[in-house]
Amino acid sequence: MTGAIGQPVSRIEGAAKVTGTAKYAAEFRPPQMAHAALVLSTVPKGRITQIDTAAAERAPGVRAVITHLNAPRLAYNEMPERPVVDPKSGDQLRVFQGPEIFFSSQPVGVVVADTLEQADHAAALVRVAYETSAAATEFDPRRGRPPSEATAKAGRPGGTQRGDADRAFAAAPVKVDAVYVQPREHHNAMEPHATVATWEGDRLTLYDKTQWVDNDRSEIAHVFGIPEENIRVIDPYVGGAFGSGLRTWPHVTIAALAARQVGRPVRLELSRRELYYSVGFRPHTAQRVALGAERDGTLTALVHGAAQQTSTYEEYAEAILDPARMTYACPNVRTIYRLVEMNTNSPCPMRTPGIATGVLALELAMDELAVALGMDPVELRLKNYAERDPEKNLPWSSKELRACYATAAERFGWSRRSPQPRSMRDGGTLVGYGMATAVYPSHRAAAAASATIFANGTALVRSAASDMGPGTYTSMTQVAADTLGMPVDRVRFELGDTDMPKAPVHGGSITMASIGPAVRAACEAVRAKLLALPQQGDRAASGTSAEPAYAGSRPGGAPPYAEILRRHGLDRIEATGEAKPGDEERKFSSYAFGAVFAEVRVDAETGTVRAPRIVGAYDVGRVVNPRLAHSQCIGGMVGGIGMALLEAADWDARYGRVMNANLAEYLVPVNPDVIEIDAVFVPSDDRNFNPIGAKGLAEIALCGVAPAVANAVYHATGKRIRELPITMEKLLA
Amino acid sequence: MVPFAYAAAPDQADAIARAAQARGAQFIAGGTDMLQLLQERVTAPSELIDINGLPLAGVDVAQNGVRIGALTRLADVADDEHIRQQYPVVVQALLASASPQVRNMATMGGNLLQRTRCLYFRDVAAPCNKREPGSGCPAQDGVNRMNALLGGSPHCIATYPGDLAVALMAVDAEVEVAGTAGPRRIPIEHFHVVPGATPQIETVLQPGDLITALLLPASAFARRSHYLKVRDRASFEWALASAAVALDTDGSTIRQARVAVGGVATKPWRLSQVEQALAGQPLRADVLRTAAERAGDGAQPRPGNAFKVELMKHTVARALLTVGGQA
Amino acid sequence: MTSTVSERESAIAAPQQDFDTTLIVNGTAHRVRVDARTTLLDALRDRLELTGTKKGCALGQCGACTVLLDGRRVNACLTLAVMQQGKPITTIEGLANGDKLHPLQDAFIEHDGFQCGYCTPGQIMSGLGLIREGRTRSDDEIREHMNGNICRCGAYPNIVAAIKQAAGRRA
Repeated sequence: MTGAIGQPVSRIEGAAKVTGTAKYAAEFRPPQMAHAALVLSTVPKGRITQIDTAAAERAPGVRAVITHLNAPRLAYNEMPERPVVDPKSGDQLRVFQGPEIFFSSQPVGVVVADTLEQADHAAALVRVAYETSAAATEFDPRRGRPPSEATAKAGRPGGTQRGDADRAFAAAPVKVDAVYVQPREHHNAMEPHATVATWEGDRLTLYDKTQWVDNDRSEIAHVFGIPEENIRVIDPYVGGAFGSGLRTWPHVTIAALAARQVGRPVRLELSRRELYYSVGFRPHTAQRVALGAERDGTLTALVHGAAQQTSTYEEYAEAILDPARMTYACPNVRTIYRLVEMNTNSPCPMRTPGIATGVLALELAMDELAVALGMDPVELRLKNYAERDPEKNLPWSSKELRACYATAAERFGWSRRSPQPRSMRDGGTLVGYGMATAVYPSHRAAAAASATIFANGTALVRSAASDMGPGTYTSMTQVAADTLGMPVDRVRFELGDTDMPKAPVHGGSITMASIGPAVRAACEAVRAKLLALPQQGDRAASGTSAEPAYAGSRPGGAPPYAEILRRHGLDRIEATGEAKPGDEERKFSSYAFGAVFAEVRVDAETGTVRAPRIVGAYDVGRVVNPRLAHSQCIGGMVGGIGMALLEAADWDARYGRVMNANLAEYLVPVNPDVIEIDAVFVPSDDRNFNPIGAKGLAEIALCGVAPAVANAVYHATGKRIRELPITMEKLLA
Repeated sequence: MVPFAYAAAPDQADAIARAAQARGAQFIAGGTDMLQLLQERVTAPSELIDINGLPLAGVDVAQNGVRIGALTRLADVADDEHIRQQYPVVVQALLASASPQVRNMATMGGNLLQRTRCLYFRDVAAPCNKREPGSGCPAQDGVNRMNALLGGSPHCIATYPGDLAVALMAVDAEVEVAGTAGPRRIPIEHFHVVPGATPQIETVLQPGDLITALLLPASAFARRSHYLKVRDRASFEWALASAAVALDTDGSTIRQARVAVGGVATKPWRLSQVEQALAGQPLRADVLRTAAERAGDGAQPRPGNAFKVELMKHTVARALLTVGGQA
Repeated sequence: MTSTVSERESAIAAPQQDFDTTLIVNGTAHRVRVDARTTLLDALRDRLELTGTKKGCALGQCGACTVLLDGRRVNACLTLAVMQQGKPITTIEGLANGDKLHPLQDAFIEHDGFQCGYCTPGQIMSGLGLIREGRTRSDDEIREHMNGNICRCGAYPNIVAAIKQAAGRRA
């Protein structure tokens, strides 16, 4: 065996990316392509009373101006089952089907012109009049309502109870009770969302930025009422997405509609400002956490309530309260979940959706409890270590969290921490150390792949998967190479095309655990098929099965694929394979775990905060490619720095708008914000969860960073900041 | 972008004549702010006159000071050995500005004219008196963390965003302007104007006026100067507060001081009350700190930016302590 | 008092909106028709189909469109194509020599200086400009002078390592 799994193979598509030849959605250019630009609402709620398109229609190069007044009625057929990425209740925004306005910057029209400049200008010439009505643009948790039945059924109930948390809390000798606020955050992947739509008769090709080509096809088929087979979606490279590309957003429909109307290919590429209103965001959330404990630190009560914003037309709900129910062994746990409808575009999953938000509050509260108890924060976590999932009452499929705490604490130098706040200084700089636990559920979904072996001794493996950056191309090549017993450089893996075998969504950290086993199955299938070829002309064959004849051809080596194919006069042999979850979810609870330690430096006078050193240790199961896994991990931690110190949408409730909708004033970390980041994987291999042994690591990497930083800020300054981001005014107040 | 015509100016006289004659014409030099304003439809000139071909770039050192051509790129000034030695505050301000890519393109003259980052000014879906006179100023009661404490009016509290102009205040720089009425020099302090009832007017320039150079006099202060910029992100962000300071000392006594602040005022703001509190005083940390306390005089904070009063004082104090060797 | 200058008719070429312009990209002169409004970035991507230069924000706030203009790194989104007539422009497509990658490209692969790859051409062009500027004397200096290139995947430490290696500086 080549043993590619576990090797730090270089990114296979690296050369394409460093030379600029990797092609992203907007870069496909069918002949005769025209350009689209959106007309957006300027009020957060109301009805369009009038649209004047005359000036736009007269503008040079304009081919069409489409609004609800002249747009064709679209089918918007109900899907037999809602895609897992769509909210469980409410209705998706239907483009140009009526005069209703649900949020500011809702698309109310599209202009198609020959050039980008012409389309952009003409869109600004469209005049729209509105009759406005009172909009719900304030995030007011008191307006929160329980989720609908459909949402509750999908695992986001309005309330859960284990034991009697309120009574236990009242009786607890030590308690903390506080409110924590997570602001609205935006994915801001570097590649803007874009769709290039081309119709040939009734067949549609979409080059679209998406984390799920198959679902894109399915959704658009239902919107237009055409068979799925008539649509092909292609997206070989995704320039980051972090959740913004899970769903099929309205602009995809707009591009397809515009292309059909003008009878030529159309590209719609969203501007950075438009992205803030078009592709979801991490919702604004307020949480109350009340913890009760014995004096020795044993948790006796945990009450966690969350009020989270959603839109008025869809009920987006996330797993904010899952960590409260499973992270610690606490007999009495109550959770309360409320949704606050607002006139905004719908939120959606953003890296570590819900969990990062819930863990933020829980881990800040745990730090507050450690302070109240006069106990080391790590000790407190160990004291309440959950040996099995306390909510599901199932064993963990694997859990190496103790090793995470120990490894990260050691590498970080936690023992150098003096417990008193404000006790560590470096000149005028206050130094603080903080830590937090990280968790993220591991899931897998059904997937398929095909594998082809060619007579030249190379293989091609395909699945309609996606790679927004974690390294799907590389890791699947490694899995395929190992299964086939070929060197990595003889195997090619292709993805991002609905013509390939079906794949699940590239999100929720499920790609390795889902596509990996499918790739393996396909490779095993093609190998078996090849070895089962009749042994004509092979006099050495003694048995009826081919396997023994070839298996031993090289000690520990692969069968001589090329030779066998040649012998049979075949230029290739192909097979498909599928993999789907078994009964492991009934037998085990599966999570990735981590421990994050952060050092912060706070300027005592200006309140400027930096996080120059972060160490994380993670149990993510088996690591298929340590080089890429490390990159993915430090990347998530950088995202955590942004969440902790920089990121927030500046929402103006008077307009229902994000005022800092750009990359100059919505701050994400830049290079000098990141000094030292250390991510380490503790030994782990979870074959209870799936045959590859990997648990997934995209989401866990961002989890826990913000609370570790916030806890370090408390340690540095003695100030408990309960609202992100931690900016100077909060520390100077 | 709204359509506009473009022409490259063959010489200075033509550029000025054209700009004076054509309604809605604007010069474009580095274009680093102009392109953002065009792209977001914040501004819509009828015509852009490209002045990059004019011979206005270069740093000339003379006995009485330095003349920096208006088209000299920020990066070239930051790299100039003489400026680095004689005017550290200017180089520090330049290196704290934007990104290297922007500094390679942006010009010294154009930088003085960069427009506010007020969130309402930059989002055409919102009202803004500066962009559309008379439409209102939502920043007064809106998201105003980055807005001005000093020099505001009920019509506008947009912050002047630049670093360079603040540093130039500390070295008594002048702006050389050519126009239809011939060349003239404007002290940097009088170059920008407060918004008052006409926030759309940001400088004393008249149609056809063209900045040709910045003049930095040889000065006793300039060598002992410092620029400090405070922001959320480690880099590549406009100032929440910045201070440019320069000290002229005689042994252990401060003869004179120059103190200006950025990120907190509607124009580059000189703190004469702080300067007065320093003049003739001994160069001691407590003196510098006490003087810096006066930085907040006259500040008109809003809920979102009230923290910047203290921040500004600390920023001024830190800059003074640094330049005074008392940090 | 009116000066003679203001009375003089401008001799400036009549302003135009459409231009046939020549862009010299990676050593090749391209004749291209642009609108006065066409940014250098859009000219490269949409007119010349050199899509290696990326559009991330179109406002100079992310650095994905960094190219070398006259040998210096700039944001291609912050200038008009018509303004850059005849000036040498180097894009990511101009770095490799056939199959032989530029040492900085090799270093980005070796140090895994990217994930999604979208900011990568801009990071590399900016890194190249940085190395020419000579501001690679310390990690801090590299970090500060790469501030204009956002990587949302968070590959910053690896980017610094790659630039350091290509600049020939030992750790």
